[in-house]
Amino acid sequence: MINFVLLLLVYMGIYSILALSQNLITGFGGMLSLAHAAFFAIGSYTTAIMMHSAAQAGAGFDLIWAFMLSALLSGLLGVLIGLPTLRLRGDYLAIATLGFGEITRNVILNWDSLTRGPMGFSGLAAPKILGLQLDPTNKWGYVIMTWLVVALVFLLLRRLTRSRIGRALDAVREDEIAAWSMGINITQYKVGAFIVGALVAGFAGTLWTAYNQSVSPNSFDFLLSVNVLCMVVLGGLGNHWGSILGAVLLVLVAELPRLLGLSSILPPQVRQILFGVVLVSMMIFRPQGIIVRRRPALPGRRAGGGGSSGGPGGGSGGRAGSSPGQGIGDAAVDVSGGDA
Amino acid sequence: MQHLVNGLTLGGIYALIALGYTMVYGILKFINFAHGEILMMGTYAGLFTYNLLRTGLQGPALVGVFFVSVLVAMVAGGTLGVVVERIAYRPLRRAPRLAPLLSAIGVSIILMNLAGFVFGTKSLKYEYPFSNKPFVVGGVSITPNQLLILGVSVVMMVLLKLFIDRTRMGRAMRATSLDQDVARLMGVSVDTIISLTFAIGSALAAVAGVLIALEFKVYPTMGTMAGLKAFVAAVVGGIGNISGAMIGGVLLGILETFGVAVLGIPVGLKDTIAFTVLIIILLVKPAGILGKAIREKV
Repeated sequence: MINFVLLLLVYMGIYSILALSQNLITGFGGMLSLAHAAFFAIGSYTTAIMMHSAAQAGAGFDLIWAFMLSALLSGLLGVLIGLPTLRLRGDYLAIATLGFGEITRNVILNWDSLTRGPMGFSGLAAPKILGLQLDPTNKWGYVIMTWLVVALVFLLLRRLTRSRIGRALDAVREDEIAAWSMGINITQYKVGAFIVGALVAGFAGTLWTAYNQSVSPNSFDFLLSVNVLCMVVLGGLGNHWGSILGAVLLVLVAELPRLLGLSSILPPQVRQILFGVVLVSMMIFRPQGIIVRRRPALPGRRAGGGGSSGGPGGGSGGRAGSSPGQGIGDAAVDVSGGDA
Repeated sequence: MQHLVNGLTLGGIYALIALGYTMVYGILKFINFAHGEILMMGTYAGLFTYNLLRTGLQGPALVGVFFVSVLVAMVAGGTLGVVVERIAYRPLRRAPRLAPLLSAIGVSIILMNLAGFVFGTKSLKYEYPFSNKPFVVGGVSITPNQLLILGVSVVMMVLLKLFIDRTRMGRAMRATSLDQDVARLMGVSVDTIISLTFAIGSALAAVAGVLIALEFKVYPTMGTMAGLKAFVAAVVGGIGNISGAMIGGVLLGILETFGVAVLGIPVGLKDTIAFTVLIIILLVKPAGILGKAIREKV
């Protein structure tokens, strides 16, 4: 039982990292991206291939290298996806990024010489981290490592979103044209959000492979991207704590049958159905998420392009009720505040 | 030539599914992610009817039963489409755009797993109602099955086009897709029209599902990839545009067949073709082949 709880903690941590990074792209950047499975997959596969080659060369392996290379490669993929899709909005962006995700998975599935195709990698040896050997039978090491990364990512992203960069990103989300006319380079900020989001998701990939000691292409289908997006929306767009809360809750929902000892009675589809029901009812009853975005106390702010809703009071009617003129004014306030 | 026939067959199926996406998008401006799963459910309904009725039958009677099962699939798919719209999309009509999108994804997850739970995850086969021995015409072989697929999809598309262009209901649909509020002021019952749109789109998807099932198999996740690709077809043709969906579907079917057969793209990467085409189209002509570019308001 305690082992199962620890496993849950590790998964919650990994998903929290994914959700935090998705939140940067969707919650703060206002871009509806469904490419997270691809970023996660690149991180996982980079790590698996590094661990595998190290084992074949008979060398020990320190995860710190995997963290660096995963982040670098996922970040590159972020550029690759971010640049061409820049001009797209809303649903179109979602579909294009979904397409990129499927292409990535297909390439992984078919590049046998590098990724071993559908087999993936399994039975990888437990790695070291900063010289400390991780023990696969004792999960505490993994729990601590994972949540240290979560804390790091949380602090980094919070710092980022509260800085001048974050406020510029706010402005781009609220009104691109107004932001542009205030001298903000929209391209730079949008692609930047993609790169940072992607490389952080790469960390999650490294943790995933290190913990499972195996990786297979089936784990990275578009439902994973959907899952991560749901965590962010459930927790509340544009709120870091919300992302972590969303991740923790959805992992709990997914593992509830096992947690209650019902997994032998209930077939695996039930938890998926449960997930779907949570998703639909959440959208109907509280689309703004559990924790509503922190906003400066300005009247009638316009809701973001990513579909977040509500002004300071929350409520899903916020978008309809405010005029674009006010939105532009707010963006200007944000930017001048940032430059001061 | 042979590839062209195969491509047209595949394209006809994509086009049928794409029509549902494009109609819903035309009116509600959102992607019905559960479309593929409605297709799957409709196919199961057709399959069960067919298996129930066909015992002991042969020849023309069997073909008759086949068409009855197609009708049942259409009714089941259409009803499901309407029910899904009522429960999961109507409350979100005025919500921000992310909400109905995620709700649709939720519905698709529910339906997919419900099917796996109730019908089992094993794939089933729709038996041919006729002998499927290919005709050879001038070196090109066409199976009766391919003829059936082509025939049914062309008939469905012509009927739909006539319905939308010639009837009062069709005109109300066009009005609603232009401007919901104005249509309402003109006495159009917008809710009825939206239900109708879902019913027709879902029924067409169910027909496509049965046609897919004749060529391939029936299983709970069969709708996902078919749905995604049909959506690509809708975007390629210009989303919201009925003729565009047909052209996009056929184009995509031909491209996929030719990509594998002529360009030598490995079969494993077949799905990649559709998404690559999608991204290229979105970048070059975001409104699709038949779409009109809408200028962003400043």
